Amino acid sequence: MAEVLVVVEATQAFGVKKVTLELLTLARRIGSPSAVVLGGPGAAAELAGKLAEYGAEKIYAAESEEIDGHLVAPKATVLANLVREVQPAAVLLASTQEGKEIAGRLAVKLDNGLLTDVVDLDADGTATQVAFAGSTIVKSKVTRGLPLVTLRPNSVTPEPAPATPGTVALEVAATEADKLAKVVERVAEQKGSRPELTEASIVVSGGRGIGNADNFKLVEEIADLLGGAVGASRAAVDSGYYPHQFQVGQTGKTVSPQLYVALGISGAIQHRAGMQTSKTIVAVNKDAEAPIFELADFGVVGDLFKVLPQAAEEIRKRK
Amino acid sequence: MNIVVLVKQVPDSGAERNLTSDDNTVDRGSANNVINEMDEYAIEEALKIKEAHGGEVTILTMGPDRATESIRKALSMGPDAAVHVVDDALAGSCAVATSKVLAAALGTLNADLILCGAESTDGRVQVLPHMLAERLGVAALTGARKLTVDGASLTAERQTEEGYEVVSAATPAVVSVWDTINEPRYPSFKGIMAAKKKPVRTLSLADLGVSADEVGFAGATSAVVEHSKRPPRSAGTKITDEGTAGTQLVEYLVTEKFV
Repeated sequence: MAEVLVVVEATQAFGVKKVTLELLTLARRIGSPSAVVLGGPGAAAELAGKLAEYGAEKIYAAESEEIDGHLVAPKATVLANLVREVQPAAVLLASTQEGKEIAGRLAVKLDNGLLTDVVDLDADGTATQVAFAGSTIVKSKVTRGLPLVTLRPNSVTPEPAPATPGTVALEVAATEADKLAKVVERVAEQKGSRPELTEASIVVSGGRGIGNADNFKLVEEIADLLGGAVGASRAAVDSGYYPHQFQVGQTGKTVSPQLYVALGISGAIQHRAGMQTSKTIVAVNKDAEAPIFELADFGVVGDLFKVLPQAAEEIRKRK
Repeated sequence: MNIVVLVKQVPDSGAERNLTSDDNTVDRGSANNVINEMDEYAIEEALKIKEAHGGEVTILTMGPDRATESIRKALSMGPDAAVHVVDDALAGSCAVATSKVLAAALGTLNADLILCGAESTDGRVQVLPHMLAERLGVAALTGARKLTVDGASLTAERQTEEGYEVVSAATPAVVSVWDTINEPRYPSFKGIMAAKKKPVRTLSLADLGVSADEVGFAGATSAVVEHSKRPPRSAGTKITDEGTAGTQLVEYLVTEKFV
């Protein structure tokens, strides 16, 4: 069976990202999954267990300080060489900033088509995308080269399929041009134990209706009680209530969790662009006419500062 | 510093947008077309760098004739000149082909710094800065929320999932910016009047030495097989709080097995 290359993404805090497990699950529809770890020395060994559990038949390890110390260009070079060598049936990456950037460079290097933000992929390479704030479903195919696809997190349910992969070390031969963009410093910011926003199964977001930065504690409390991530609307971010990295919507993150809770968010189209494909949507807003209610499976018209404490109390009782 | 800012005209993201049924492309004819919002931040950043370090700011747009409106709007903010790549054969170009054409145009402009928005509101693909950097053999610093220019040295701060990164490169380089980097200025009346007289040079594919079969539908590397409108979400239960809505909300979450 032909190999399908899956480019692995991992974080310091949580190891292999959930989206990588989704990619391994998806890869099995097309061929034999080979996980590609691109990182600093020792990166692959730490991740191998999880990759094997989710069906990686082979692990390619490209480990080098050059990869760690630069932006994505050396990774794309390693991957392009690997694609030329093994002629895979498909190359799958996460639709994260980094995944898309590697894919973009790879598309140019190989003169190959590219499909991003894919939510589903058939065995024949037909990809499903959701466009225009979730309003349009598009089915596309790469027509030049192999299927080169980036998958939006939370699109596929990861399924374990234990395998016993061997590890193949890859040479990292970065060009001078690959080394032009250097990483000077990586700063990890304390985020506690909350899941990463785009990967979370539950997202609880606050909007302008939260009123001020201090009140965001209410949003965090509900998120923590539900085991979810915290998000914010652009209005809340622009008002300085919550940091930009948590912004959901057009110029922020796109999320597609099992449950999206919108608190004090009116639901402008730019916000809906980032959360419309959530499976279940719950909203609390004092304005009965807020457009968010058009999407909500369960909506509460009421005062957040009465509804939320009561809800928090009730969740505690039930736990 | 010679700065080129990439500007894309897109359908207004605040209104309904569609794909056409005849050729599966974005329906731009019936839409209210505007400057891609994130590109305005790139223009602002370019103008700030020019004000601090001197130089020239040129707008580069690839798009049909009507993109002229967006070019004039961009110029009204203060850039010096614009280049408009326009050719009927470009319709339907994929990202790979678009990067080829823009790289060819940039090849004629001798830019020290190429600035663009981190993504467009229509495609939201985010790959163009790296595709251009790959073709031009220059560095790409993407998603900058802060950019510092010191001579030929560029330092950017970019958001990551775990915090942020400080990244650096020497010019020439491509830098894409997020909307957290600055607050774009509004065009002044004087700026709007001046924009009408600023030079806008048009380039065709022949001018760039790119063949028509490498771009547009003919040269596309991916194709839309079919598209449909997603059925709108239907509203579910809506209750008005009469003192127990918090409890009812949790009851719903329990029913749906979230609690």
